[in-house]
Amino acid sequence: MMPTQTNVKVDGWLEAVDRLAGGHLTLLSLWADPPDVKMALLDEASGAVSIVSYHCRNGQYPSVGVKHPPAIRLERAIRDLHKLEAIGASDTRPWLKHTAAPYEFLAAEGEALHQIAVGPVHAGIIEPGHFRFTANGEFLVRLEARLGYVHRGIEASMAGAPLDGAAKFAARASGDSTVAYGIAFALAAEMALGIAAPPRAIYLRALMAELERLANHFGDIGAICNDASFSLMHAQCGILRELTLRAADDYFGHRLMMDIAVPGGVVRDIAADGAAHLGTLLAEVRRVFPQLVELYDNTASLQDRTVTTGIVKPDYARQFGAGGFVGRASGRAVDARRLPGYAPYGDLKFEVPVLTAGDVNARVWIRIREVEQSLALVEQILAALPGGALRVDLPSRGGEGLGIVEAFRGDVFVWLRLADDGSVARCHLRDASWFQWPLLETAVEGNIVADFPLCNKSFNCSYAGHDL
Amino acid sequence: MAVIADFALQGAQMLLVLLMAPLLTGFVRKVKARLLSRQGPPLLQPYRDLFKLMRKDVVLASNASWLFRIIPYLVFAATWVAASLIPTFRSGLLFSWTADLIAIIAVLGSARFFLALAGLDAGTSFGGIGSSREVMIASLAEPAMLMIVFAIALIAGSTQLSTMAAFMNSADVGLRVSLGLALIALIIVAVAENARIPVDNPATHLELTMVHEAMVLEYSGRHLALIELAASLKLLLYVSLIACLFAPWGISSPVIAPLPLLIGIAAYIGKLAVLGFLLAVFETSIAKMRVFRVPEFLGAALMLALLATLLRFVSGSF
Repeated sequence: MMPTQTNVKVDGWLEAVDRLAGGHLTLLSLWADPPDVKMALLDEASGAVSIVSYHCRNGQYPSVGVKHPPAIRLERAIRDLHKLEAIGASDTRPWLKHTAAPYEFLAAEGEALHQIAVGPVHAGIIEPGHFRFTANGEFLVRLEARLGYVHRGIEASMAGAPLDGAAKFAARASGDSTVAYGIAFALAAEMALGIAAPPRAIYLRALMAELERLANHFGDIGAICNDASFSLMHAQCGILRELTLRAADDYFGHRLMMDIAVPGGVVRDIAADGAAHLGTLLAEVRRVFPQLVELYDNTASLQDRTVTTGIVKPDYARQFGAGGFVGRASGRAVDARRLPGYAPYGDLKFEVPVLTAGDVNARVWIRIREVEQSLALVEQILAALPGGALRVDLPSRGGEGLGIVEAFRGDVFVWLRLADDGSVARCHLRDASWFQWPLLETAVEGNIVADFPLCNKSFNCSYAGHDL
Repeated sequence: MAVIADFALQGAQMLLVLLMAPLLTGFVRKVKARLLSRQGPPLLQPYRDLFKLMRKDVVLASNASWLFRIIPYLVFAATWVAASLIPTFRSGLLFSWTADLIAIIAVLGSARFFLALAGLDAGTSFGGIGSSREVMIASLAEPAMLMIVFAIALIAGSTQLSTMAAFMNSADVGLRVSLGLALIALIIVAVAENARIPVDNPATHLELTMVHEAMVLEYSGRHLALIELAASLKLLLYVSLIACLFAPWGISSPVIAPLPLLIGIAAYIGKLAVLGFLLAVFETSIAKMRVFRVPEFLGAALMLALLATLLRFVSGSF
């Protein structure tokens, strides 16, 4: 999957924007590599990825967001982090950068409307984010999220770092997706250096990615039910998640499998008795999980909460290129493992579940189906695990590369430019949440205030991965 | 001598409910935890939490009025008095002539009114949300509760709890449809009044879904301790009320003898344990309902209680 890269002038840039706005292409990301601004585009029909690069004059470039709303927040982030201005942009408020000036929330007008401010400090132990609701009694009129509270300057810290140091930063962008970030960064680095990881490493990466997906989906299914105060599912799913994490600790020496997928391969093999342990885990999950699915499906009080709550319209999912369960529950049948696809998934059999209802229930069901697919994938990977080396040596040279990996919540996009000495000159990380947070704001429309936590948990967007 | 003994017994009742209330809360939590395969906090944890809160400083919102500061004491006092009037282990206590069921509902209603005011007082959005939801629930739960009282009072011929309990314990009561309907209605009202699942979740950390917890979100220190203790007392009150009306076995009659009193106390603790266990099982097996389903839920209680009253009018044997 080598992307085509084109340097364009204003005309070419605007043409790309028009094709985005017309729905012919999907925006993968928009970022700055000063003095250039780059856009990664996905053609969903062919799976081709292209990068369009525009050389800014006087720190300015034509706005993408004015015609294609998914780019608005990315443009605001570029302005905050790199001081490049999108000309013609409709929204020029800061995004990741928090200043002393009061933040202007979008207005909502009408009789008897009042605002409810929630966060960034919440009553539970979750990540910080501010939500501003405008409501009429219990009915929501508008929701606007204010993020950026966990901005740690990851991209800036990676610039100038050696490759292995930068890989550690990438793995810490969002802790629950650390394997996916590690693999995406490794793929980008390997493309930049023109090398390939050995087959065994590629299969071990996929094994870790599926274990990570399993653990997170178990956690999510339980947490969504818990937000409807059905704590039985939460407790039972918590047990499955814990078993998965312990299995990961047994084979890979780390519960979250952090820092194991690195540029050039993986740093450690699975423990000698790994396959046998994994077999016990799979057997246990296959025994317990169907009962939990039945419990979920047969508990009327729970179904009453999840069905028709928080609907994401398929048009929005397509326009925003929403990945993961958010997109697939709203009819967008895109999975980065298939489109554009990466090894070893071309050799493995699995299905990409798709639903069209777009409600909380559909997002739960996508997770349930994906758990079943991941279980089958783990078995296939174990059966087909090739022998051989774990890691190749990295040459010291410059280059550019990108990696797109399906994390549990959607596609993680990493773009990397290496300096001639092999250190990182510029790295851009884009979490799936960038295109899911705005959809959450549309999903709560017409819902009641008390149902927001349920909608929010069914999205389970990353704060850290978004704020970087 | 008899007067002193009466005072002592009424005092014992007041102390008993006060001391048992956190234990019941702890017991329900423990059972729920065990049902979820968790170890759960120790049974005595609610007492420790109360002591901890009592020792802590109070943080007051800068724009909170004097009302905000006195309401915890009001709510606690009203709930404690109400809980002391229910015959638990012995009927015909010193204050039992005041233990009119309608009076108890009125005392609890005042406590709720003040708590809703406190939610609004600090001027935060969560307090407002909590108070508005609480009042919405109350406006349906209180008529249902009154209707339940009428249904049972018509059968027992009194709204006086000691008399009602004595009647329910006698052979006259028989098997009556209207009593069954009233029991179901009373359970629904008790669940709603005590902010339990499926109406509210006492263990939630989600500000936007809270009802009772949102209302008292601004409270801290000894104020919060009093409100938590009042919530525990209220749960004990409703459990005791159900036990007193529908399972009055073992309640000692107004004689002063050690053995019946001991039997009464043992029976009371046994009833609390059984009902607490059932509550935990019920809460574990159901999800919380949408806020706007609560009126339908409480409407069912109102209808059942109304039906019970009407049936009683149709025929004396119902």
